[in-house]
Amino acid sequence: MLDLVMPAIGIVFWTTLIFLILLVLLKVFAWKPILNAVKERNDSISEALNSAEKAKEEMSKLQASNEQVLKEARIERDNIVKEARDLKDQMVVDAKALAKVEADKIIESAKNAINNEKRAAINDIKNQIASISVDIAEKLLQKELGDKKGQDELINNLLDKTNIN
Amino acid sequence: MSEIIIETNTSMIDKCVKTQHEYKFKRKKYCKMRLINRLAFLILTTVLPFSLHASNEHKADEDSHDNSTEEEFNATEVIMHHIADAHDWHLFDKTDKETGETKSVSIPLPVILFHEGNIDVFMSSKFSHGHSTVIKGDREYILYHSKIYLAEHGKIVYDNEHLPTNIKPLDFSITKIVASMMVSALLLLLIFIPMARKYKKGNGVPSGMQGFMEPIILFIKDDIAIPNIGEQKYKKFLPYLITVFFFIWFNNMLGLFPTGANVTGNIGLTFTLAFFTMIITNVSGNKNYWKHVFNTPGVPWWLKYPIPLMPFVELVGVIAKPFALMIRLFANITAGHIIVLSLVSLIFIFKTIYIAPVSIAFVLFMDVLELLVAILQAYIFTLLSSLFIGLAVQEHH
Repeated sequence: MLDLVMPAIGIVFWTTLIFLILLVLLKVFAWKPILNAVKERNDSISEALNSAEKAKEEMSKLQASNEQVLKEARIERDNIVKEARDLKDQMVVDAKALAKVEADKIIESAKNAINNEKRAAINDIKNQIASISVDIAEKLLQKELGDKKGQDELINNLLDKTNIN
Repeated sequence: MSEIIIETNTSMIDKCVKTQHEYKFKRKKYCKMRLINRLAFLILTTVLPFSLHASNEHKADEDSHDNSTEEEFNATEVIMHHIADAHDWHLFDKTDKETGETKSVSIPLPVILFHEGNIDVFMSSKFSHGHSTVIKGDREYILYHSKIYLAEHGKIVYDNEHLPTNIKPLDFSITKIVASMMVSALLLLLIFIPMARKYKKGNGVPSGMQGFMEPIILFIKDDIAIPNIGEQKYKKFLPYLITVFFFIWFNNMLGLFPTGANVTGNIGLTFTLAFFTMIITNVSGNKNYWKHVFNTPGVPWWLKYPIPLMPFVELVGVIAKPFALMIRLFANITAGHIIVLSLVSLIFIFKTIYIAPVSIAFVLFMDVLELLVAILQAYIFTLLSSLFIGLAVQEHH
C-alpha cells in the first residue's frame, strides 16, 4: 500500500523526460502553428466583416446618390416636358394667329378680286347693254321709216330675241 | 477444474469489457456533460474514501498468507496488481489443457538498473515472471511483487513483518506505465503535428480532427488561460497548459482500455506534473507574489514578527497547492480503476455467473463515468495550474 503513494524514481525520471520532450515538440510543431493559424483566421474574418460592412455603407451611399440623380433627372424631365408643352401651345397659338392673318389676307384679296370681277362684269354688261341699246335704237330708227305697226313688231321681236344674259 | 472455470469466466469478462468500450465510444457524444459532471464529483467524493480504506484493510491480511491457497480468489491482490506498475505488459493468461498449467502472455519491456556505478540493461522476459533470477556480473537480480531486488543467494529475505529486506537497485526501467506514457506521447505527436501542418496547407477551414481538437485548444486558451492568468501574460504559459491537458486526458483514456496501464493513477506521474506546475508558479512569481508569501499585507504585525507565523502558513500553501494537484489526479483515477475492478471481482468472489449482469451493468456505468472523469480531471488539473500561475503573476490590485 505504501508503494502506491510513494513516487518511484524511474517513473519520475521518465515522466519528466517524456513530458519535456513532448512539451517542446508540441510547442514548436503543433501549438504555435495552430494558434497562429487560428489567430490569422480570426483576423481575416474580422477584416472581411469590416470590409463587408464598409462595402455595405458605400453601397447605401451610392444608392442614396443614385436616388438623388434619379430625382433630379425626373425633375429635369418634367421641366422639359412642360417646356415642350408650353412651346407647343405657343406654336399652336402663333400658327393660329398667323393662319388667321393669312386667311384674312386671302379673303381680302378674294373679295377684291370678286369686286374687280364684278365691276368688270358690270362694266361689260353696261357696255353690252349700251351697244344693244344702240343696236335697238338703230333698228328702231330704221323701222320708224316703215309703218307704225311694223315698228312695234320689230321692237317686240327684238326685245324677245334679246335677253339680258 | 476451478481454474478452468475461472479461465472461461475471465475470457467472457474480457469480451464484455471490450464491447463496453466500443459502446462507450458510441455513447460518448450523447453524454449530457453537465449533469454527469456533478454526478461524477458526487460519487467520487463519496466512494473514494471508502474504497481506499477498504483496500487498505484487505492488503494487510493478504500479505500474511501469501503462499497459502492458490485457488482462493484474492480480489485485493488482483486489484493492487492491476493498478500498480509492472515490468512487463501483461495481456492475458493461457491455461494448458493437458498439464493444467497457467501461463501468462505478456509483452516484455526493457529493464534498466543502476547499482553501485553499474548499469544493467536486459529484457524483463529474463525473469520468466519471477520464476528465475537474472545474473549480471556479480549482481543477481530477482523480481518480487513486480519490483526488482538484489537477490541474496538467489532468494528474497524477509523481516518479521514479511517484508523483503533485500537492497533495491535504482530502477529506471521502461515499465508498463512508462511504455504506456510513451504510446500516448507518440499518439499526441501523431495527431497534433499533422493537424498543425494542415493549418499551413489548408484554406483555413477546419476539417476532420481539426474540428474536434481546435475547440478544445481554444477552450483552454479562452476559458482557462486568459481568465485566470490575464490577457497580457497568458501566452508564455499556454503551451504548457495545453500540453498538460492533452497529456493527462490521453493517458486517462488509454488507462481505460482493457490491459491498459494505470498511468495517471500513478503517484510518480502526478507528482512530476504537479512539480512542474509548482516550478512554473514559483519561477514566474513576481514581487507581489513573494511579498504576499513573506510579508502578507493586511495582517497584524504580530503574526509576522517575532514568530513568522504567516510566512510559515503561506509557505505551506506554496507546497500544499501542487500537493493537492498531485493527490487529486492520483486518487481520482486510481479510485476509478479500483471501483471498476472491484465490480468485476464480484463475479469471482461470489463464484457465480448470475452476478455477472449486475456487475456488467455497474461496470458499464462506471466506465462511462470514467470516460467523463478522464477529461474532467485533465480540465481540473489545467484549470488549477493556470489559477496558481495567475495568482503568482497578477499585478498589485
